[in-house]
Amino acid sequence: MEPILLRAEHETNSKALTTSLKLGGYSALKKALIMNPEDIREEVKKSGLRGRGGAGFPTGVKWGFVPQDLPKPKYLICNADESEPGTFKDRKLIHTDPHMLIEGIIISSYAINAHTAYIYIRGEFYEEVQILEQAIAEAYKKHYLGKNILKTGYDLDVYVHRGAGAYICGEETALMESIEGKRGQPRLKPPFPAVVGLFGCPTVINNVETLACVPHIIERGADWFASIGRPRNTGPKLFCVSGHVNRPGVYELPLSVTYREIIEKHCGGVRDGKKLKGFIPGGSSAPVLPASAIDIKADFDSVAEAGSMFGSGALIVLDETTDMVWLLENLLTFYTHESCGQCTPCREGGNWALEIVRRIRRGYGRPEDLETLERISQFASRGMTLCPLGDAFCGPITGVLTHFRGEFEQAIAKAKPLPKKKLPALPVRSGRGTFGM
Amino acid sequence: MSIAHTQPLTMTPPEMLRDVHFDGEMEKKISALLRRYPTKQAALLPVLWLCQERWGWLPASVLQAVAKRLELSPAFVEGVTTFYTMYNTQPTGKYLVQVCTTLSCQLCGASGLTAHLKERLGIDSGETTPDGRFTLLGVQCLGACGEGPVVQINNDYYTNVTVEMLDQILDELPE
Repeated sequence: MEPILLRAEHETNSKALTTSLKLGGYSALKKALIMNPEDIREEVKKSGLRGRGGAGFPTGVKWGFVPQDLPKPKYLICNADESEPGTFKDRKLIHTDPHMLIEGIIISSYAINAHTAYIYIRGEFYEEVQILEQAIAEAYKKHYLGKNILKTGYDLDVYVHRGAGAYICGEETALMESIEGKRGQPRLKPPFPAVVGLFGCPTVINNVETLACVPHIIERGADWFASIGRPRNTGPKLFCVSGHVNRPGVYELPLSVTYREIIEKHCGGVRDGKKLKGFIPGGSSAPVLPASAIDIKADFDSVAEAGSMFGSGALIVLDETTDMVWLLENLLTFYTHESCGQCTPCREGGNWALEIVRRIRRGYGRPEDLETLERISQFASRGMTLCPLGDAFCGPITGVLTHFRGEFEQAIAKAKPLPKKKLPALPVRSGRGTFGM
Repeated sequence: MSIAHTQPLTMTPPEMLRDVHFDGEMEKKISALLRRYPTKQAALLPVLWLCQERWGWLPASVLQAVAKRLELSPAFVEGVTTFYTMYNTQPTGKYLVQVCTTLSCQLCGASGLTAHLKERLGIDSGETTPDGRFTLLGVQCLGACGEGPVVQINNDYYTNVTVEMLDQILDELPE
């Protein structure tokens, strides 16, 4: 496939406006601004573009939820929080072609009649903040941003809002709380952000990669976009591959290629000639799949059918040496650290599960542990918490217990009785900000 | 060839931060930030960043000044500040060395880096060397998983880090 989102990847000085213009940047903007906003929404709907941040919700449909007759300002937020472990495509996109993102933001804002857009970027991405600020300044200078853009009468301001270290702020309602200057704690839905969002106004939140697709849909048409991939899973996708492969990195491929093609062809296979044990297909909250699933298609529907989640397209490859008990402990450590502390099933359930897995790893597992883990993953997921962080820590539990249960059973079978002396207590983790690292 | 490209942080001593006021330059920056949002409160995160860049860390006196400027209660500002891991309410060393501890980096050997740093610096995660030069911190995913292991020093990312590279970086960092 010809590179689309990464078309500037091998250009020298790819971040500059001059490079972007040379490669056709901002030509879709000129086309879009003389279109009717409604037609842009229709075109994006027709393209079948699904959100690239993890949930895979159809973008055009999301835009359609914004009530256009409400006499309130509307906001567009670009979600550049990129916090799901394994995901690093938005960082790549910002490094490669910040103007493609800005063009996408302008067209999308125009499509929903927003005059202010915020880019919410994770606090650690300091360099990326500088890149975006620089690109935004260039765009203002060229009248792609500001008042009366390209003399069409449309006004838009774009601001970068830097987070400060909180995974949960990638969740859209926590993200809005964070922009409003609060602790990043998710809101109860409904009302949904499209109606009551940022500052109580209608708001659309889209991922970096989603917004970067928009100029191409406008430029080359919905049919062209829909011809890539397969029905319901259309368009180019940035796959970010990490872990035990020879060539980790970001690869732009059509949706619905197989995992075998990604791992063996593009990433040069498993590192050090080892065998594949399994892979996490969609960021670390997606249940792990065994090596036998390597021939499934990498897209939203196929991965869901296989019992996992396509998520952000972040593929973590695990070789035969990977200890699954260790893996689960590592991921649960992440999710309990990142729990915002609001909902009991997530705050307490995560810690409880982590404590059990740590005990199993230390050699003190009990026969009833696996059942307890399963019970925890039942009561903390599927709508039992305000946001999907509950589901996020349950995904890894479900995955390893479905496909690698034997390893846990073995560890428990070999377990020694608990020592008389109490095990050292784990750090108290009752919500963010109350504990050290 | 030199690989370290990080400048040291400067921590303002607590005795100089007993009574915090925003000078003209800070006030100008704060006003510019306030123009970006319809409410004063929304400028809280960026203003905290501004203060941390200016003074190196965020003691209670700074949080109080921020609260007053943005018309919020000091308790609210403290609550927000401590929710986010990147605001430092305690002074750090000149170099805040953060090693990613999450899956992808660990699969590529990040735990070896942490062990090496602990030994070389003689401190545990969360501690600062007695000379105030380094603070070591194990952190969660830094979002650069394809180039793991990743170490962030102050604002800069170092990727595909090996023990040898780490030694070289630590040796090269300016005073």
